[in-house]
Amino acid sequence: MLSAILIMALGAVVLGAALGYASIKFKVEGNPLVEKVEAILPQTQCGQCGYPGCKPYAEAIAEGEAEINLCPPGGQEGVRKLADLLGREVKPLNAEEKPKQIAIIDEQTCIGCTLCIQACPVDAIVGAAKQMHTIVEALCTGCELCIKPCPVECIRMEVIEENIDNWKWKYPVVEIKRVA
Amino acid sequence: MLQQLFKFKGGVKPDTNKTPSVQLPIGIAPLPALLIVPLHQSIGGMPNPLVEAGQRVLKGQRIGGPDKWVSSAVHAPTSGTVLAVEERIAAHPSGLPTLSVVIEPDGRDEWIERTPLDHTALEPERVREILRDSGVVGLGGAVFPSHAKLAPAKSVPMEDLVINGAECEPYMTCDDMLMRERPEEIVRGIGIFRDLLQPQRVLIGIEDNKPEAVAAMQAAVHRLGESYAVVAVPTRYPAGGAKQLIRVLTGKEVPASKRSPEMGVQCFNVATAYTAWRAIAHGEPVLSRIVTLTGNVEQPRNWEVLLGTPLKDLVALGQPRPDTNRYLMGGPMMGFEMPSLEAPIVKASNCIIAGSPALFPPAPPEMPCIRCGACAEACPHELQPFEMYWFSRAKNFGKTQEYNIFDCIECGCCSYVCPSRIPLVQYFRFAKSEIWSRERDKNMADAAKARFELRNERDEREKAEKAARLAKAAAAKAAEKKAAPEAGKETAAADSPVDAEAAKKAAIAAAMERARVQREGAQPKNTDGLTVAQRKEIAEIEARRVPLQPEQQTAFDAENAENAEAQSSRREKQ
Repeated sequence: MLSAILIMALGAVVLGAALGYASIKFKVEGNPLVEKVEAILPQTQCGQCGYPGCKPYAEAIAEGEAEINLCPPGGQEGVRKLADLLGREVKPLNAEEKPKQIAIIDEQTCIGCTLCIQACPVDAIVGAAKQMHTIVEALCTGCELCIKPCPVECIRMEVIEENIDNWKWKYPVVEIKRVA
Repeated sequence: MLQQLFKFKGGVKPDTNKTPSVQLPIGIAPLPALLIVPLHQSIGGMPNPLVEAGQRVLKGQRIGGPDKWVSSAVHAPTSGTVLAVEERIAAHPSGLPTLSVVIEPDGRDEWIERTPLDHTALEPERVREILRDSGVVGLGGAVFPSHAKLAPAKSVPMEDLVINGAECEPYMTCDDMLMRERPEEIVRGIGIFRDLLQPQRVLIGIEDNKPEAVAAMQAAVHRLGESYAVVAVPTRYPAGGAKQLIRVLTGKEVPASKRSPEMGVQCFNVATAYTAWRAIAHGEPVLSRIVTLTGNVEQPRNWEVLLGTPLKDLVALGQPRPDTNRYLMGGPMMGFEMPSLEAPIVKASNCIIAGSPALFPPAPPEMPCIRCGACAEACPHELQPFEMYWFSRAKNFGKTQEYNIFDCIECGCCSYVCPSRIPLVQYFRFAKSEIWSRERDKNMADAAKARFELRNERDEREKAEKAARLAKAAAAKAAEKKAAPEAGKETAAADSPVDAEAAKKAAIAAAMERARVQREGAQPKNTDGLTVAQRKEIAEIEARRVPLQPEQQTAFDAENAENAEAQSSRREKQ
């Protein structure tokens, strides 16, 4: 009887020690879900979700604090992917889905105030104080954060037109019945 | 010589319809009134335009310089004047425009200076450069820059050089006629490839429905004393696919994860060998190509057409019948409908087929998949098209990749045999371009994230540096003050910390005031050349700005008090 209790107690101590060690040794830093959620978000860093960037929003989603339909640049497709990952219900996007855009600076009007440069989260604007600014189109994520600070309203958004490099084959149109 | 042949799985045997277009020899197409030469005619980097509107160009003058190694030059097909370098409709299924050089020929057809070279006397690297600068690309239709395929793999010895004269697409006869009429130049061109790659043997594969071409090539090989094997391969579509022809001739199967040089094989089209010879031995860049014009025309024939010739000028030569309603570029299996009669002939245009409702009836309605498996039997790449179809249709792209959709060569065998007449290849093309586009978006997002993180890091570092600088300045000041009492007692009054703080604040306020005055005094510059309308616009904008100014400025100043100080001191220096 006593030996049985001792064996059980010893077993509990050994396993407990092992588990305790493992929880320190293999401690996971941060929430691994955050990274997965962040990989789905479009990284425009636009703040349209109400969080100051994609990472804070990913953290909020992973914590279960935020809805998954708050990211307009990610679109309905992004909502669907998040729902898949998190096992949540797909919801309609809580904003209008816009085609991809980039910002264009009207260089005639630009006064060189550098406010947009400070606002751009991805360093896609080049220029210096009292010098004309311009947007590096390849790097622009279309977050619209530069529009508000501009004192002369010289930045506008332009939809990225379809060109031969980004053209896609269309979904085949299924003809179910021959029209007479 | 008896050559053991192998088989590839699948494939189909459509009607070849090749006879009408081989009745007449290759014709030289007349000079069109206008040439529209797209700059991007090969796989790889977009060539940079080297000419501008109004410039006179000579035949063979380079008008597009290759961009990076995998890219190929583009040349003026004849002498004349550049009318424009602008976006023109491309020979592409999208019908979208691409940057093109529009040339008005002057009719004199004046060449640049051509320097014939002997490739055996040149460094291999130099030969590859000449091929790149002469615009030699794969003329079978894939237009991959040939020079990039002419470097042997370092680890694997080159065993077989396969020359592709199979031409398995129905209707197409451009390679057939080239082999019949200009076999010697092809064989000499193969010599260049052989010398660069040093293969153990050279195999020329030609489908056995072209006995004249086989005979002509054999005779030429014999005449030039080469040891190439000219092999007639069984006629079965798609025997002319590079991987299929390699399989048939050598028995080697190139896996999806490897490129053929890693298996000791390389494959070139006969027309590519021909242009390589013209480029090296005659100094003539690729300016024209043989195009089969066939289908619903009165006079089907092969034409040597200058690149950039608008489609309408070419089809006029064949006298299309009145019921012609569309033109296909490429064969009926893999080709696409040309978006416009203005679209030009490019290096990839091997065949133009005039279509009519009678010749190519509109696709019958698609019916449900009955899971018969005919597509899997026909697939030369041993894929499972029905599985890929379901997942493409459901837009489940991850699954399509699990079924190796990127191994699909879009040969069209599956669509050809499908009893439910499902346009399978269209679904696969849709899925592939969708996957590519997502890949692009993902890469963009990753790059944006990296830049965002770098920016945040930089912001923090700058903040820390500024704090350190201020602390250092404060320490220096304190030390100075400590030293001051010893020098003279009169400054002792300013010693107390409260006064130092107040003095600093006063200095900042003074700097801000200075900056404000200066800003108000600043007039917009570079306004001399503006029109009245623009000046009015500026005035309007200025008027809009006035009510915004006070709060914005105070916010700005509060945040950037130190910046302002630094700036104003800089201005003073100026």
